Amino acid sequence: MTREDIIKPENLVYRRTPVLTDNVMHYCPGCGHGVVHRIIAEVIEEMGIQDNVVGISPVGCSVLAYNYFDVDFVEAAHGRAPACASAIKRLRPDTYVFSYQGDGDLASIGCAEVMHACNRGENITMIFINNGIYGMTGGQMAPTTLEGMETVTCPYGRDPELMGHTMRLTEVLAQLPGTYYVTRQAVYTPVLARKCKKAIRQAFENQKLHKGVSFVEITSNCNSGWKMTPVQANKWMEENTLKYFPLGDMKVDGKFAPNFMERVSTFDQPNETRFSLRSK
Amino acid sequence: MAFKGTLVIDTEKCKGCSVCITGCPNGVIALAKKVNSKGYNYLEMVKPDDCIGCANCAVICPDGVIEVYRAKV
Amino acid sequence: MAKELKLMKGNQAIAEAAIRCGCDGYFGYPITPQSEVLEHLMAERPYLKTGMVVLQAESELASINMVYAGASTGKRVMTSSSSPGFSLMQEGLSYIAGAELPALCVNVVRGGPGLGTIQPSQSDYFQTTKGGGHGDYRLITLAPSSVQEMYDFVELGFDLAFKYRNPVAILSDGVIGQVMEKVMIDDYKPRWTNEYIEEHCPWAATGHRAGKKSTIVTSLELDSLKQEGVNKRIQEKYRKCEEEDARYEAIQCDDAEFIFVAYGSAARICMKAVELARAEGIKVGLVRPITLWPFPKKAVAEIGGRMKKILCVEMSAGQMIEDVKLAVECKVPVTHYGRFGGVIPTPVEIFDALKNMIK
Repeated sequence: MTREDIIKPENLVYRRTPVLTDNVMHYCPGCGHGVVHRIIAEVIEEMGIQDNVVGISPVGCSVLAYNYFDVDFVEAAHGRAPACASAIKRLRPDTYVFSYQGDGDLASIGCAEVMHACNRGENITMIFINNGIYGMTGGQMAPTTLEGMETVTCPYGRDPELMGHTMRLTEVLAQLPGTYYVTRQAVYTPVLARKCKKAIRQAFENQKLHKGVSFVEITSNCNSGWKMTPVQANKWMEENTLKYFPLGDMKVDGKFAPNFMERVSTFDQPNETRFSLRSK
Repeated sequence: MAFKGTLVIDTEKCKGCSVCITGCPNGVIALAKKVNSKGYNYLEMVKPDDCIGCANCAVICPDGVIEVYRAKV
Repeated sequence: MAKELKLMKGNQAIAEAAIRCGCDGYFGYPITPQSEVLEHLMAERPYLKTGMVVLQAESELASINMVYAGASTGKRVMTSSSSPGFSLMQEGLSYIAGAELPALCVNVVRGGPGLGTIQPSQSDYFQTTKGGGHGDYRLITLAPSSVQEMYDFVELGFDLAFKYRNPVAILSDGVIGQVMEKVMIDDYKPRWTNEYIEEHCPWAATGHRAGKKSTIVTSLELDSLKQEGVNKRIQEKYRKCEEEDARYEAIQCDDAEFIFVAYGSAARICMKAVELARAEGIKVGLVRPITLWPFPKKAVAEIGGRMKKILCVEMSAGQMIEDVKLAVECKVPVTHYGRFGGVIPTPVEIFDALKNMIK
């Protein structure tokens, strides 16, 4: 069987979704943003909602997300995407609305907006990309930067005594009554990427139920900011980030996942682990 | 049932990040020695006969440059 | 039922006008002295009457960004606040102007700077008419001097906002916001349908592409030459607005030798001072700018140019006086009289200031 025999329309098993535009993404090679963009676009295609969806892009690396999705988009001010999404969903309740934010945007400057949108139980989907760093501005410390992790504004590693602790905001949001589905996913292996797609699909499907916020955190890499190759960065994330930010559902159908409260009950124990990016 | 697969790679859009290579179960793909117009070593199939069309590479490609075909043998 | 006469506060008039003129959404946060806007809306439950959305946001930042996003989808949306809260909204207003969106924002001004006072003031004139936020933009600014104008300027504000796709501010103050007066109110007008918005607002990100290209609402343009192009287009709108929509009222100016220039509640007090002066034979009139931006330059130049002297009366340390001087190109002496920090001048004080200026 030759290559030409295989490349036939009936044998096509995977192609770039037309919900993505043809524009080349500006993200660094290996960045998780591209995978998550593609997954969201595939979900929009599969649900057949391309003509009834508004996305909200943040400030940060994904500020230009609107160039890559062939759907209507509104670009929000820094941190305000949840406020924007809240307004659009209330004014146009029949439209699917999703916000897309990084960790600086969502967990730092936009902390109030995300808390209150989640607390009001807005009927929206929130996508949160957590790579523990400010990528766009050149690799500064974020609230999600791990203790011990080096960035250009904590070049000797994040010292919690000076710089505060690593924020697990998603665990807080899961405890608000307005969230209906809260999960942490990743996209660096095929298995995880397929799981993440199921989660994002669920988060969009939930908008039909009018039960509150569906929130999907995706732990991701920043190989430029972490100063690693993409493959090294994914390996580091697996060995370090996921210890502090373990993957899995926190709340499903408005109920805590079985192990969630047990894990949160350990949060009063100080974190002694230091997560250095530099090999010792 | 056995499958045989192949890939159509948009080499101009590939940024040579290598993430897909880690996802391939059969070592089918690798970066080319040549570069595209952006200067990236792009992805190519080095063992095309071993591709089973599982699409693992495509689902973790950040730039959506891989199209996958699969036929029953 | 066509029109109805009601007694209400200025702040309530804003809220009632919003419901009745077909506003789609109000997003606000409590702050004295404008909280009655949100209170009245919540009490009236417009979502049951016209389908209008009302939401108490978590902050002024959230409010203005809700307005930004609502406007992005072609809806007629508004917010209101008072000075410190309006300061917090400046970033959002800049985004709304930069993305060329229509929106209405009411500022019921109180004395500053800082937390200041909760008493009436006009000290946000610079902030509102000269920019406030970052970048080359303007806020079309309406200055009501009665509760009726508070009511009327809501619909006018939306009309101007959509005409120019630019934010419009109603610059009121604690007097006009809190005072109760008779207001003639209209019957309920229907809100725009989604189909109407699709047809008339091609710039709106409604989510419904319907076969056309998707719509992006953003104020970001990384290519500086393109950004300059955006700025030029915006500036052209502003020139058109200056040409077509500068508004003012001239009272007893025909035989006058002197004029007051004052807006909002200060203009109301000046009208009494005109009466006092004319009773003593001093021929004084009043020019009341209704749009503070665009400032009615031509009218002030024309009427002011005929005067011996001009007295600019403001509840501030002197802000609009700069525009008055520019308008008359300093060919006529312009003096300022102001009380500030929440103090309201009396007609007698203003009359005394006029006499001081004349002698």
